[in-house]
Amino acid sequence: MQYVLVGTGVAAVAAAEAIRRMDPKGRILMVGMEKDGYYSRPGLAYYLTGEIPERMLYPFRPEDFRRLDITLIHDRVEGIDPAARRVRLARRGWVPYDRLLLATGARAARPDLPGIDLEGVVYLDNLEHTRHLLRLARRAKEAVVVGGGITALELAEGLHARGLKVHYLMRGDRYWRRVLDEVESRVVEARLEEMGIRLHHHTEIAEILGKKGKVVGVRTKDGRVLRCQMVGVAVGIRPRIELAQEAGLETDRGILVNEYMETSTPGIYAAGDVAQVWDPKAGKHVLDSLWPMARRQGEAAGYNMAGQRRPYQRTTPLNVTRLAHITTAIMGLVGQRAADPDAGMVRGDSEVWRELPDAILAQKSEEVNYIRLMVGERTILGAVVMGDQSLSRPLYTLIDRQVDITPIKARLLAPDAPLGEILADFWAQVSRELGE
Amino acid sequence: MKLWKTLQALLLQQKARMEGVVVPDNMRCVQCGICSYNCPIGIDVRRYAWEGRPIRDQYCVTCGECVARCPRGVLHFETLTSTLR
Repeated sequence: MQYVLVGTGVAAVAAAEAIRRMDPKGRILMVGMEKDGYYSRPGLAYYLTGEIPERMLYPFRPEDFRRLDITLIHDRVEGIDPAARRVRLARRGWVPYDRLLLATGARAARPDLPGIDLEGVVYLDNLEHTRHLLRLARRAKEAVVVGGGITALELAEGLHARGLKVHYLMRGDRYWRRVLDEVESRVVEARLEEMGIRLHHHTEIAEILGKKGKVVGVRTKDGRVLRCQMVGVAVGIRPRIELAQEAGLETDRGILVNEYMETSTPGIYAAGDVAQVWDPKAGKHVLDSLWPMARRQGEAAGYNMAGQRRPYQRTTPLNVTRLAHITTAIMGLVGQRAADPDAGMVRGDSEVWRELPDAILAQKSEEVNYIRLMVGERTILGAVVMGDQSLSRPLYTLIDRQVDITPIKARLLAPDAPLGEILADFWAQVSRELGE
Repeated sequence: MKLWKTLQALLLQQKARMEGVVVPDNMRCVQCGICSYNCPIGIDVRRYAWEGRPIRDQYCVTCGECVARCPRGVLHFETLTSTLR
């Protein structure tokens, strides 16, 4: 059996591990365009801030790949011939497969702006981008960052950590309003301002200004000119579906796969940011751009490619990230009612977060420690936990396992309810029954 | 008296930590490596997190550096009794 995995990110690596568990003898070829191979893409944010050196970005050592008996190929896949079960590589020509995985990920969207090709326009999308960004940051003094999600903030905080004066431009009236509520946005914004990052609401770039091919500033739609030598762009991601489209696979915004991670074409699977996965609970195909979910999808794909019949169990989306130095966990349905002009899919995002649950809001804020619950009929549907994370693990279990919270619902919804205490007491009662 | 109480609390905390073990929650982990980078003993904490195993390394002094540095709250202490339950 020959397995060809396209991509070298976490979905492909997880697939390879699963395949090897089931099939000790099969040949596994992992083909990727990035010469850096498998590294922690979310770790790039911490490489940018200087918290880790570049060598720490690699979770696997060469001996790990040898142990799994994976052949790594640095090449570009130019086409798929599903009828003959083979892929065409730019340098090596046709390579046959019995099972093919497309784990090609997503790329940063490039806004259609005058000046977007100037040197100094940067993305935090892969390791090569990040190295380039760090080289430029050594000489630059000022930067403008645009975008509305986690990556935009990582760019703003990272460039600030590298000593640049940072202007953060938002099209809307507050940070990440699609997912965060007003209090949460303001907490993050207050921290950013304390750090010295300048926030500009209702501000869009009309044009990136350049001189001799290099960025020298931006002109905003309201006519202001901000001087800068770098422009950080994180306005969303686009799944890399071109290969699949050309091969005639069914696609929507991502490559459509069923619960077994199979595409519409026999023998071809997809996982990770590129896959739009059938969710039986939701009754539709869903895109997630979350690293731990990409790993689980890759694992499920691997098992199924090796002949097992194991459905991917989509769990409640969870992302834990740091927003302006505050550890923040976002889980389940937390969507906001208002439309977000900075909309679009960003990394660390799940479409589920945008859906507005039919829920009543309960919130509790103490300095930076903050909990927001979306309380449904009998269960907690979603939560945002900022600061202290000791309750976020229990909360995740309550949401994911749809634990009946009727006994505490009235107390949770009372004005000024001590949410932390109520949840901690409730957890002490139910955790043993849940086997936690 | 107050000082004594504070000392007592610190000792208790220390004792709990000595008997405890660092446990990862791999739904949160993105393998960034900050934990391994900051471990004073050089334990590859990240690998334990990938495998979803408690950090049962004979050299782990449960100093808590990895727990504190992780930007995503992946790691926490559990007492041995609760992990053995």
